[in-house]
Amino acid sequence: MSASDGQSGESVFDMELTLLLEAIFQRYHYDFRDYAKSSLRRRLRQAMERFGVSSLSVLQDRVLHDAHALPILLDYLTIQVSEMFRDPTHFLALRRDVLPILATYPSLKIWIAGCSTGEEFYSMAILLEEEGLLDRAIMYATDVNEEALRKAEAGVYALDRVAGFSESYAAAGGKGSLADWYTAAYNGVVFDRRLRRNVVFSDHSLATDGDFTESHLVLCRNVLIYFDRELQDRAIGLFEQSLVPRGFLALGSKENLRISSHAAAFDTFDMHERIYRKQS
Amino acid sequence: MNQPMNHAPLASGQTSPPAPLAPVDVIVLGASAGGVDAFLKILSALPASFTLPLVAVVHLPRDQPSLLVEVLGARAHLAVREAGDKDRLLPGLVIAPPDYHMLLDVDRGGRHLAGAQDVHLALSNDAPVSYSRPSIDVLFQSAAEVFGPRVAGVVLTGANDDGALGLQAIKAYGGLCAVQSPDEAPARAMPEAAIASAKPQLVAPLHDLIQWLLALDAQRAGDTEGTVVHER
Repeated sequence: MSASDGQSGESVFDMELTLLLEAIFQRYHYDFRDYAKSSLRRRLRQAMERFGVSSLSVLQDRVLHDAHALPILLDYLTIQVSEMFRDPTHFLALRRDVLPILATYPSLKIWIAGCSTGEEFYSMAILLEEEGLLDRAIMYATDVNEEALRKAEAGVYALDRVAGFSESYAAAGGKGSLADWYTAAYNGVVFDRRLRRNVVFSDHSLATDGDFTESHLVLCRNVLIYFDRELQDRAIGLFEQSLVPRGFLALGSKENLRISSHAAAFDTFDMHERIYRKQS
Repeated sequence: MNQPMNHAPLASGQTSPPAPLAPVDVIVLGASAGGVDAFLKILSALPASFTLPLVAVVHLPRDQPSLLVEVLGARAHLAVREAGDKDRLLPGLVIAPPDYHMLLDVDRGGRHLAGAQDVHLALSNDAPVSYSRPSIDVLFQSAAEVFGPRVAGVVLTGANDDGALGLQAIKAYGGLCAVQSPDEAPARAMPEAAIASAKPQLVAPLHDLIQWLLALDAQRAGDTEGTVVHER
């Protein structure tokens, strides 16, 4: 840890941080320049330990000249540790209040933005299947981290996480047992491939790409907290463009549209669960 | 400029120490077991005119709706709020929501080592640190990075060692560190770990910590260095 270097100007660490993000963008076109700095500082400190380097400048040298370093670093920059049915009342509200409305459409498109290793995707797929809607749905699960997308597609999770998942599944109004949806394998569990029959896993950046599909529901939970205000606003703009009139936007329990310039385009559907609805 | 300050650690149990005073823009606090009572005592003693933002992590059982805001708010003369992502740093007490880390961050284009007016709260879903989410260490480290020497960190009662590394970071950046006397704390492990790790300038019972907080705020009101210029 280095103490700060004076009362004015950036700390050297923050300068190196800015330069590293710029370098990654120039070299690999991954854009983390507008991610929230507070979390980046923590994660990049952890990455420095992992790489055994003494400064972010040294790390920058590594990542510019060694393409194998990039995927490792990407995990520090992008991986969101998620859980299935995190905040069960949120999924209960989707099941009870949102899906009956979506059931009135002949076909459904659902975008899970920032799906990371897939926990939220499987939660949503189970919800849809149990409500008889999965066959009518096309799901898009997107993330910037291709390794995370591969894990999401594999649907394998460590055994010690499953008890927590099961508890949340029940609290979210699960109709059977979570065990109905997985089988034990490889010291973990693997989720039923039928849950993946209508999903497209795709590389997409909320920072640099445009909207790519029309959607009836966008699920983007605990992703925006890693963005700064301006990037949050960009992402919410993409969701707004993507959503059909009266389409739903579901955010994390501490996220909101309050500071977004797109707030006026949405009505609050469920304030407590942070579910919003695009105006017609 | 850094103010010269008293860096001598005080022995546990010593009362009415010469409280170290330096200009600060925020006070960060952390508590675990026994922490709710400690906060009730602090909040009932702080007047509505207290202007320094108070930012706190209190460990609570996960997955339970937090009644902490209601419980503390009922006794407080200050506003008590739960943090939302990107909320501004305001006077009153803001508490980390259950199951999220809470950090301080500077607005884009804001000054590094900023005054509170350029700072917001940022939440994170990152893995627990030392089994804790929210983590006191995470909050304190971010406060040190954002405010440099202009932060006061307070570690209260608790049965683990969260806060020790965070308080050490605040000390390393030149900030003020205070710890509740282990002899007074219902759970002494956390104060003891923080004392060993950070060599705080002040170790005192709650009563004295409260007097010190009041002195920090009073000093801020009289701060003529022009560092607290709010342009609103």
